Amino acid sequence: MERGERESETPRNALSSCSAPMDFQVVVLAGGASKKLIPLISKEVPKALLPVANRPVLSYVLELLEQSNLKDLIVVVEGQDAAVRVGGWISGAYVDRLHVEVAAVPEDVGTAGALRAIARHLTAKDIMVVNGDLVSDVPPGAVAAAHRRHDAAVTAMLCSAPVSGPSESGSSGGKDKTKKPGRYNIIGLDPTKQFLLYIATGAELEKDIRIQKSILRAVGQMEIRADLMDAHLYAFKRSVLQEVLDQKDTFQSLKQDVLPYLVRSQLKSEVLLNGAPQAEENGNEKVNFQKNQVMVSRILANASTPSFHEFSGLGTNGSAPRTHKCCVYIASNRKYCARLNSIQAFSDINRDVTGEASHLSGYSFSAQNNNIHPSAELGSKTTVGPHCMLGEGSQMGDKCSVKRSVIGRHCRIGSNVKVANSVIMNHVTIGDGCSIQGSVICSNVQLQERVVLKDCQVGAGFVVTAGSECKGEALAKKEK
Amino acid sequence: MGAQRKGATRAEDSDELARVPLQAILLADSFATKFRPITLERPKVLLPLVNVPMISYTLAWLESAGVEEVIVFCCAHSKQVIGYLESSEWLSQPNFSVTTIESHNSVSAGDALRLIYERNVIHGDFILISGDTVSNMSLTQVLQEHRERKKKDPNAVMTMVIKRSKSSPITRQSRLGTDELFMAIDPNTKQLLYYEDKADYSKAVICLDKLLLTDNSSISLHNDTQDCYIDICSPEVLSLFTDNFDYQHLRRHFVKGLLVDDIMGYKIFTHEIHSSYAARIDNFRSYDTISKDIIQRWTYPFVPDVKFGGNSATKLERQGMYRASEVVQSRSAEIGPFTVIGNGTKIGSNTKISNSVVGEGCTIGSNVSIEGSYIWNNVTIEDNCKLMHAIVCDGVVMKSGAVLEPGVVLSFKVVIGQQFVVPSYSKVSLHEQPIKQDSDEELEYADNSSGIGELSSIAGTVDKSNGVMSSQLSGEQCQPTDELGTGGIGYVWSICEGSHEEEWRHSIAPIPADKLAEAIQTTEDDLELITQDGSVLPASGELKLDSIDSDDVDNEDSRDDSIDFEKEVEATFLRAVHENIKEDHVILEVNSLRLSYNKLFADCAGAIFYSMMKLALETPHTSASELCNNAVSVITKWKKLLKSYLNDIDEQIEVILTFEEMCLESAKEFFPVFAKILWHLYDKDIIQEEAVLKWDDEKKDADDSDKVFVKQSEKFIQWLREASEEEEGGGGEEEEGNQE
Repeated sequence: MERGERESETPRNALSSCSAPMDFQVVVLAGGASKKLIPLISKEVPKALLPVANRPVLSYVLELLEQSNLKDLIVVVEGQDAAVRVGGWISGAYVDRLHVEVAAVPEDVGTAGALRAIARHLTAKDIMVVNGDLVSDVPPGAVAAAHRRHDAAVTAMLCSAPVSGPSESGSSGGKDKTKKPGRYNIIGLDPTKQFLLYIATGAELEKDIRIQKSILRAVGQMEIRADLMDAHLYAFKRSVLQEVLDQKDTFQSLKQDVLPYLVRSQLKSEVLLNGAPQAEENGNEKVNFQKNQVMVSRILANASTPSFHEFSGLGTNGSAPRTHKCCVYIASNRKYCARLNSIQAFSDINRDVTGEASHLSGYSFSAQNNNIHPSAELGSKTTVGPHCMLGEGSQMGDKCSVKRSVIGRHCRIGSNVKVANSVIMNHVTIGDGCSIQGSVICSNVQLQERVVLKDCQVGAGFVVTAGSECKGEALAKKEK
Repeated sequence: MGAQRKGATRAEDSDELARVPLQAILLADSFATKFRPITLERPKVLLPLVNVPMISYTLAWLESAGVEEVIVFCCAHSKQVIGYLESSEWLSQPNFSVTTIESHNSVSAGDALRLIYERNVIHGDFILISGDTVSNMSLTQVLQEHRERKKKDPNAVMTMVIKRSKSSPITRQSRLGTDELFMAIDPNTKQLLYYEDKADYSKAVICLDKLLLTDNSSISLHNDTQDCYIDICSPEVLSLFTDNFDYQHLRRHFVKGLLVDDIMGYKIFTHEIHSSYAARIDNFRSYDTISKDIIQRWTYPFVPDVKFGGNSATKLERQGMYRASEVVQSRSAEIGPFTVIGNGTKIGSNTKISNSVVGEGCTIGSNVSIEGSYIWNNVTIEDNCKLMHAIVCDGVVMKSGAVLEPGVVLSFKVVIGQQFVVPSYSKVSLHEQPIKQDSDEELEYADNSSGIGELSSIAGTVDKSNGVMSSQLSGEQCQPTDELGTGGIGYVWSICEGSHEEEWRHSIAPIPADKLAEAIQTTEDDLELITQDGSVLPASGELKLDSIDSDDVDNEDSRDDSIDFEKEVEATFLRAVHENIKEDHVILEVNSLRLSYNKLFADCAGAIFYSMMKLALETPHTSASELCNNAVSVITKWKKLLKSYLNDIDEQIEVILTFEEMCLESAKEFFPVFAKILWHLYDKDIIQEEAVLKWDDEKKDADDSDKVFVKQSEKFIQWLREASEEEEGGGGEEEEGNQE
């Protein structure tokens, strides 16, 4: 940690002047080339720039943070090239709205590795970490407030798992509706639903649930939920985060290593909780302010029921085990929350953002519940149904029909084309008589006449020859 | 109050199942040994609890709760139980019939219920309790819930009554002295999903079946509830016991058995009571606690100054003092708060009694101090005795100056000699300690079964000979006198090793501070244990570091996939090798794997190559060159398969990288022959020179450690470069020469 202190002095000084009022620094993990999203992403389009309703997915997180007045951001991108592209886009779009630094980290370092790589840039008392693929309207400010209120070591945002959540409700035409309920996490909460007592992710879900008796003893009652999902938005106490990252150098992932570790060890804390090292970095005034904050939060915590952490900390005096708090913020299930981390999620989110969650897109939808750019041209007898978007300068021929789909900018679409439940990016050329269903067509793709695609993904720049019929395939340049 | 409730229940009954009177099975035997040595001579249900036999509390409550028929199951000391019931008013109550079933060979609640099933006396839903239950809860609601559930789901056979208690384990321990209880309950339906009552101290985690969460999206896990051992059962419960003849214990076998068995699908539900009282006397500590609860009127209307079950009239005075009508008390005697003095008891001068219960007909001398003790009937305590937190049974004589330290239990008719100090936690009885004393709770049934014969014979003698007993015993054996001072009569039971540690848990003595600290310490140690375990446990995250493609920022979930995928491909390949499956079919299979795991061709190429090399490695070989030959033959044989995934330079590079990794980690045997095999791969047209050169280029900036293989194949690469420049094939032999 010492290292972090000294080195951080120089690069951050310039920034601290405009740090957000909450003294939260936000790290946006924007990813790089995700294997799960091939062939949608390419060197030209890193994951962060994938379009959701014709806007890069990263813009959803950035604007969400902006709404909560969290404007001091570090966007971490995997790979130098991708970082340049993302950085270019951000500086164009948010030049005077947000204070954003873009940092490149090597690929495959994991979320924890990414934070390790930028550790010296972290100076604020609390750090919020959010994934760049989050599309949500849950205010991050509420998470930050919950974090501060409890003086927690970590606060995680939980939202309803998508099956019962908004993305599957209503008339959405998802084709996997009948699938077994998705299970993302198994989460143990205290009766007040404020503290995180247990979390299982990934492979652990397939195993039996193993609950530490000591935690259960301390809290008396635990609620185990399978209908919640870790939204990958965390608030960390910086000192805790850095210490864990320093000491546990095998930890790769926040979600699978760091968070479960903190949850597991919360009654037998191995991390230092005092924010003492901060005193040197900040001016005196600030220290006082922070001390006050801590005091207030202590008083608040005591005024309500004394938390079980303090309770279990009682007992043998002096030798009481140190504890730290792991808190949760549970988003109301009316809120939208999804992560773009698979092709299916890409399609779903595009559908939702133009459909039920259209308030997220930032566009205004017409009376027909769709959004057609004024510069778009439609041929005769062409219909664009509700929950559709048609981007700037796109042209459509005669007798086309578009249902529940997003079409990007400057696409040229011939006649008699049917598009349903699909996403078509920019500069796509579609020949006459094509039928596209449940597919994703990336930019600069050319579909020749009478191509029939069902549940396909077509990578950028690919040419589909006339008359091809494909079902459930991924078409990309590589495979000639 | 009781009458009102009865009326209400009646009304319910006439609505629902008016035909069947509400029945209860009362087990007048706890099938445990926690109250020994007292229970060698008298059944537990007849032990006085604030001067009234325990069973009277249970019966009085059942009557007030609207139960019409009680079947009392007697086993140990059955004659005494039946004798008590006959002499009491319970057999002559209107609208409340008490019948007894006697057994001499039942060793567990399971046996009891099997016998009751055979007798065919239960006709509908019934209440199953043991005769040591003190409660004042109303059964109306729980019965109604049970019946409604039963109508909807015939598999809902039992409803357990539970009560919220303090969550801290220390308080629980200090209150009822019961073991820790962990339950998982469905918060919506209140179905019981998991029950763990015998805390296995070595296990620091609770293991819940993952399937529990498939049906319920949430489970509530409790450590803060206490099992009242009041069960509402459907008649099926009895037949279940008969079907499963190995069920002995109600909780350990029956409840857990039903929870584990998902074939029959029987379900158990819970009912939580909030304001009413329900507790079971399980050990000396709960005896103490429940006595105090009764004195402090938590169990109203079952308190000493209200007439029920044939207790004698007692008057409540200030500070929770109850005094029977004919107490002879010296003026200088001080009776402290929360004390009950029974009928006909004489108390000498300057004697202090507080927080204690004194039975009938006792004689207490002068300058005696009694604190937190339970003195039953006809006890003689001479001058200057001191009693702290002790239980003193009927007919005991304490000679002057004797002292009982905390936790002492004196069984019937024991005599303590003058000035003798009975050390803490001693148990003294006129009976010798049974030699076969199992400290292991799990074996208590076995112990019990062997003890039964002996028990009843002893009981018989006690019953008959009553007063003569002590003289007989002391006549026969003179040793016991030495143990208890001059004139003392009785055996001091040795505390067997195993239970010595546990003695303080169940004793009526307050838990000493050091034990409490110890208990806290153990919970802390537990904690430590877990964290240590814990950091080993999350293997899910840490072990996978060496997987080929570690996760990138967003799709961490794919970590497992890669490993699974490789395994699947390997299995497929091996099957192909052993069963001579055609290459085309293998390709098809691998393709489908690729799609289902969402993998790239490069992944397939890598995985197949890995499997091939592993096969070569597993083929017996003695030297590196032989291994190389093996590898070459495998490669030759399955060339077509591998090649179908190598359309691209990237995929070929992936193969080289996989090979590199194998040589470094999983198959170091290949290390010396890397370059050779690489050359063969080139020779067999599997890898193009472009791929090799590109691989070389990529490695240019790598660390030296990464470059071992590039160095090893340096000559080959150089040759390739020259060959591509010169467009000549003549260098082949030269290269082969270099290989040697």
